[in-house]
Amino acid sequence: MTAHPRVASRYIPAVLIASAMIVGACHKAPPAPPPAPVQAAAPAIDSAAIRDSIARAQAARDAALARQRAYDDSVRRANEAAALAGEQMGLRNTVTAVIHFEFDKSDLRDDAKATLDAKIPVLMANPDLTIRVAGHTDERGSVEYNIALGQRRAASAKRYLTERGVAATRVETVSFGEGRPVNDGHDENAWAQNRRDEFEITAGGAQLKKPGS
Amino acid sequence: MRLPPSLALLPVLLLPLQRARAQDTTRRGVTIGLSYDPTSRPGIAVLPVTGSSGDSVRVILQRDLDYSDRFTIVPLDAADPSTFRGTKPGADLNYPLFARLGAAAVVQATVGDGSLHVALHDVGKGGVMNVQDFPLAARANTRDWRMAVHGVADEVERWITGLKGIAQTRMAYVVGQKVHLVDSDGADDEVQPVTGNAMSPAWNFAGNQIVYATFGTQSRIMILDLRTGKTRALHNATPTHANLTPVFAPDAAAIVYAHADDEGSDLYLVAADDGAPRRISVGRGTDNVQPSFSPDGRRIAFTSGRVGHPEVYIMDADGTNAELLTSFDFGDKNYRSDPDWSPDGRLVAFQSQFADGRFQIMTISLRDRSTKLLTSEGSNEQPSWAPDGRHLVFASTRGGGRELWVLDTESGRLRQLTRSMGAQLPAWSPRLGSSASTGGAGRQ
Repeated sequence: MTAHPRVASRYIPAVLIASAMIVGACHKAPPAPPPAPVQAAAPAIDSAAIRDSIARAQAARDAALARQRAYDDSVRRANEAAALAGEQMGLRNTVTAVIHFEFDKSDLRDDAKATLDAKIPVLMANPDLTIRVAGHTDERGSVEYNIALGQRRAASAKRYLTERGVAATRVETVSFGEGRPVNDGHDENAWAQNRRDEFEITAGGAQLKKPGS
Repeated sequence: MRLPPSLALLPVLLLPLQRARAQDTTRRGVTIGLSYDPTSRPGIAVLPVTGSSGDSVRVILQRDLDYSDRFTIVPLDAADPSTFRGTKPGADLNYPLFARLGAAAVVQATVGDGSLHVALHDVGKGGVMNVQDFPLAARANTRDWRMAVHGVADEVERWITGLKGIAQTRMAYVVGQKVHLVDSDGADDEVQPVTGNAMSPAWNFAGNQIVYATFGTQSRIMILDLRTGKTRALHNATPTHANLTPVFAPDAAAIVYAHADDEGSDLYLVAADDGAPRRISVGRGTDNVQPSFSPDGRRIAFTSGRVGHPEVYIMDADGTNAELLTSFDFGDKNYRSDPDWSPDGRLVAFQSQFADGRFQIMTISLRDRSTKLLTSEGSNEQPSWAPDGRHLVFASTRGGGRELWVLDTESGRLRQLTRSMGAQLPAWSPRLGSSASTGGAGRQ
């Protein structure tokens, strides 16, 4: 639709009425021509514009709603993914939580047993999950004997897990002795941190199932 | 004999019996006129060496004789070389001059064409005690050349004392996770082409192979052949878990090492060509590591945690008759380890922990179980005997960082061997020949 016909439709009826009044004043009034063309023309133009306008508004509203829905969906999906990732991270952290030992000892302290207890349901819920237990020592004592001690520490954790139902084939053991300290210090604080078992996921850890789910 | 009384040299017949037994089986010098008392350090002078690289020869000979801890080096720097020659008919040297300087013996060496001509003079007797030509590599200061000069010092020592020296030896040790070799005098330190995280090097009895362990996820027993520089792994014998502290059995056809798995660690014997390993210790779930053979190969000293903490034990080579060697009441702490059986079979050196947490080197006699504390400064660990059964190399923190030091167990004299920043796990080689067979790869 162009601007020109719209201007015409607005002024033509007024010209027609004025000329009819002049004619009426000067002559015997003939019956006024029916205003039908005028009346008929005006509603036809308005409804098309309104329909167009409504259609446009609806289209805009629909598009906005669709965008909102898409946005809401993406937020929901992101939240779900974050929750899932958080859960995955939590499960992974449980499996890889470190345990610590006393000097020249490989028996499990109570806190180490609690840490291992938490790993068991995750290991049981994920039968494809395999881990490597790495035994470490502090820098004191014989560097060679410490390799054997680290191996014994890894074996202690493995034994605890396998005695509680985890298949032995899923738990690999290795010793690094005093070769890989987490704290390079030379005091009891550093030594206590370094006397440890680390737990590394070797396979089946991409998507962990939550115990009981 | 007309030796100055101040030298306090005793007749050979008064040597302690054990010392005589400890002598190696090589032929003793036939013209020994100088007697030697192991508790004294007779003066010895090395004349300026004539010929190509004579100065280097003299420096090495003097240092080797000094490091033997059996002699006192008589410096000649202040003396006028023109006065060294003898003036009387038949006298090669001005013996009265050397007697005044405190020398009981004088080494006279000349570098010839591919050889080193050596004469040893007995100052008291006023004549030549021994003469020999030694082969010498043409190129000076190569490893072969240096080892040949070390061999000359060892032979001179044997002429005088009846016991061959230990200059012609090397030490294997570890820095970081690499194996190094260094000459007995601290020269020619060289990293070896090992693979993996290397630990615990040990020599074969021919001195041309090193067995070592790697640790971590690929823990294997490896053999480095020094003649080729090539390493091979005992994959068949050591496929999994931790394999550590290998040593060659004295017949060199087998290796004894510790294998640690989920059932503790035990000592195993395997043919050096990687056969099926056979367990020899009975640890029952405890740790049993660090084997060290008696020189006759019939017994093994080792470290075991079978009573709940590490102690040193001995057993027959087949694993029977295991008995505690070190006692609970040595040192103040329940930790003794790292045994090394002396080449004369009489002693086992080990490390013992004390109240301050530091370790010190001790020896225990196999005859009467008497012990001797050899160190006190810093922490001292991982002793390894020299082939003379008199010197020990060990890792010590006495200088600040951990380095290797050499101790003369008879005089208490100490010298620092390495400046490597963190040297540990030394292994003193057997006596090496002068040939190139013991050189590392990539040299000469």
